[in-house]
Amino acid sequence: MTVMTASFAAATITELPPSARFSLRTTDPIAASASLGLELPTKVGARAAAGARTALCLGPDEWLIEAPEAETPALIATFSNLEARLPLSAVEVSDREITLALSGPAVLDLLATGCPRDLAKLAVGSGCRTLFDTVQVVLTREAEDRFHLTVWRSFAPHLRALLDIAARELAAGL
Amino acid sequence: MLLIRCPYCEQDLPELEFAYAGEAHIARPQDPSQLTDEEWRDFLFIRSNPRGVHFERWRHVNGCARFFNAARETVSDRFLCTYKAGEARRDISALTGGAE
Repeated sequence: MTVMTASFAAATITELPPSARFSLRTTDPIAASASLGLELPTKVGARAAAGARTALCLGPDEWLIEAPEAETPALIATFSNLEARLPLSAVEVSDREITLALSGPAVLDLLATGCPRDLAKLAVGSGCRTLFDTVQVVLTREAEDRFHLTVWRSFAPHLRALLDIAARELAAGL
Repeated sequence: MLLIRCPYCEQDLPELEFAYAGEAHIARPQDPSQLTDEEWRDFLFIRSNPRGVHFERWRHVNGCARFFNAARETVSDRFLCTYKAGEARRDISALTGGAE
């Protein structure tokens, strides 16, 4: 974790604790929504939340389901039940990815060092799959100045090093 | 940077998120064993490569991961339109305002 004094904290990077993540593919989101207890959004980039569970629509038939780690067995049971009735694919990807929380007044500048998208247009509460320096990442905007960046575990050290350098440069006023 | 409209995400997004995937509207023959060697070669390898409007497939690989079709002007590198996979080929004269 980058240690910076408060007055220079233009952007801070924190690794979040593990959470339950599932990659869900189905052509019938309405039926799946009822069992999951949250309505799967059908617009790409939209995100729905019910309690601590969130679903981010990554593609026309693809969702990333996130929940606290303790809910993993419950979600596996839910998907097993659904599988008997619906054609779907639910893959647990909890350990595949690491989520970094990026926050601070310069968080958009920090992300602009590696991400080609115009993230100022990304509405709070929505997300997208995109690139950061050739690495595929999933970004969600939690607040105006706070993003969560989810990246495959093996790419995380590379990405973290880049972000740390960029954060130090921003803190130094470069 | 070139911005490409993804018909599934319904946004103009940076070219880096996309991958080119060859010429569009090339249907695989129903029964390849009935084709002559020349016809099979043409299906596999022979592409139009026009100077002007080119219909091509793109994939939003670092986004929604969907394949879609696009009409691109190969001289100016301008995208005339993009549309979902499976939809009919767009009318060139409507896209270029009858200039072709």
